[in-house]
Amino acid sequence: MPRTIFEDEIEIKNSNGLHMRPAMQFVDLASQYESDIQVSNGSTKVDGKSIMQMAMLAATVGTKLQIKASGSDGGEAIKALKELVEVQLFDESHTI
Amino acid sequence: MEIKKGIAVSPGIAIAKALVIDAEDYRIPRRSILASAKVGEVKKVREAFRKAVAELEKTDSQSLAESKIKDIFAVHLRFLRDRSLRKKITDLVYNDLLTAEYAVSTTLRDIANHFASVQDAYISERAADIYDIEKRLLKHLLGKKREDAEHISYEVVVIAHELSPTQTASFDRSFIKGFATDAGGRTSHTAIVARSLGIPAVVGLENVTSNVNPAAMVIIDGNRGVVVIDPDAATLKQYEEYAIEFVRLEHELDSLRDLDAITRDGVEIKLLGNIEFPSEAEMIIDKGGHGIGLYRTEFLYLNSETEPTEKDHYDAYSQVVKTLGNMPVIIRTMDLGADKYTQSRRFVREPNPFLGLRSIRFCLQNLMMFKTQLRAILRASVLGDLRIMFPLVSSLHELRQAKMILRDVMEDLDEDSIAYNADVPIGIMIETPSAALTANILATESDFFSIGTNDLIQYTLAVDRGNERVSTLYSGADPAVLQLLRSVIHDASKARISVSLCGEMASEPEYVMMLLGLGFRTFSLATPMIPEIKKLVRSVTIESCNALARKVLGMNSEREVTNYIRNAAIKVLPEVF
Repeated sequence: MPRTIFEDEIEIKNSNGLHMRPAMQFVDLASQYESDIQVSNGSTKVDGKSIMQMAMLAATVGTKLQIKASGSDGGEAIKALKELVEVQLFDESHTI
Repeated sequence: MEIKKGIAVSPGIAIAKALVIDAEDYRIPRRSILASAKVGEVKKVREAFRKAVAELEKTDSQSLAESKIKDIFAVHLRFLRDRSLRKKITDLVYNDLLTAEYAVSTTLRDIANHFASVQDAYISERAADIYDIEKRLLKHLLGKKREDAEHISYEVVVIAHELSPTQTASFDRSFIKGFATDAGGRTSHTAIVARSLGIPAVVGLENVTSNVNPAAMVIIDGNRGVVVIDPDAATLKQYEEYAIEFVRLEHELDSLRDLDAITRDGVEIKLLGNIEFPSEAEMIIDKGGHGIGLYRTEFLYLNSETEPTEKDHYDAYSQVVKTLGNMPVIIRTMDLGADKYTQSRRFVREPNPFLGLRSIRFCLQNLMMFKTQLRAILRASVLGDLRIMFPLVSSLHELRQAKMILRDVMEDLDEDSIAYNADVPIGIMIETPSAALTANILATESDFFSIGTNDLIQYTLAVDRGNERVSTLYSGADPAVLQLLRSVIHDASKARISVSLCGEMASEPEYVMMLLGLGFRTFSLATPMIPEIKKLVRSVTIESCNALARKVLGMNSEREVTNYIRNAAIKVLPEVF
């Protein structure tokens, strides 16, 4: 069965950017899906399920990231991640 | 074969396998492993990750009220479970054949540096989290090694950046044949411990920890300050012969044991020994010492996981006093703080620990601990000639407080009908400029003085003796130090109380004539040095020492004094230098 690939672009909108705690939330959410999740900032492509790699992107506010999810639940994964990043803004009231 | 030159701080020759110990706070040196060791080394990495995760999970399950801390630990846990991070580290071990601790350290520091370079204050500060993770992993990797040092079963020489008192206290000393360290000077902790154990040590080698591979053969030449790594057969043979010759010389000095320490013009000098462990008391008698002038009791605290009980104190002190028979035993109450901490680490981090809550100041703020020790000392005081000495007293007020606590403990003992010597002599260490300058005042309420030159020099000249970048400025021959020594002796003799000198200066042959000339008649020194100093004492006259002291007191610079006293000492006893 060919793997289905879903793609979308998300923008970091919370003022503190993708630091440790947001990276953790992102990775935790991404890990709930079967699909492989790749995140790119244009120059670097990383595994969306690795906190080290996600944190290394050091994406500040305004950064646009391309997400590519390959797998059966890829569509839902991207939808949920976009919600976390752009709508819930990582629930920034608790920053670390 | 590689030969490195450092500072010789304790004499002797040691030839043994290296045990390399790293400290948490220092940069881990890049060291290679053999290809055959890579599987085991990768296993060590996995094990460290597993232990770190287990440790964090345990912390996590305990109720952490503060949600921020909880979040930090949660982030650390995610990193520790991150397969790509672990793979990066194990690849480095497996493909580049580097030690587990180096691979962990360099990988995490690279990540931290990446964060630190991001142009966003918030993200760049996250580098601190990565350092925490590094520390946590290293603790599990190196903690194992520290344990190894406690449980070694074959002879080794210890190679380290710098040994802390806590580390040296935990070693199984019967297997440690020598020390070599990157940092340190003549009066560093490593040097003091090495001399008291009578094993060779070379310090100030700068990067010896990165030059020695684990289990390499190493020669430590504590006479010339040389360390030979992986010696060739000829060098090894030469050193083996040299070691035998050195032992023969030692024996020759030991023949002085039963002779008096008396100058050629008939003045008797008392040579006491410094000890840290009760087991060292025996050596004082072996070396012909006249008693113990400084029993450093803080090693009771550094040695064990828990705070010592009154019984622990009493057992140690009574063993020492009984070993010494009628000879004096001066017990210095605990000198914790600054560079010496208890296992429980009740100390708050201080920006300037040598000027902080240390020594007698610490005791006066931790009365329970202090009283436990004093009670044990007093109980042991009936067993022999025991005397009490308070360290780092810097004012009369402090001395009075300490004596008041001692009286409280005496009253407690009276109530419990426990015997003690009510007239136990109480003295103080003179080791701050304030104590030296007010010695006339302190003498009115002290039974004796002992000048601790290590701290006195450090405080007078404002030089950290352990900092190799300024340690050349540290010198007992500085005119400022000589003025203070002279004035303390003057005040003590005026008050008719005894004064001795118990710093490292007393173990250094070049200073002895000057100190005799200044008026000292009692020294307390590293026990293995007693025969050598005795030989020197027996070779001089007080008259010549007095002339030398008068001469150097008129000099303007440390350099001038050092050159003069060194030349004088070489003339008297060329073979010692």
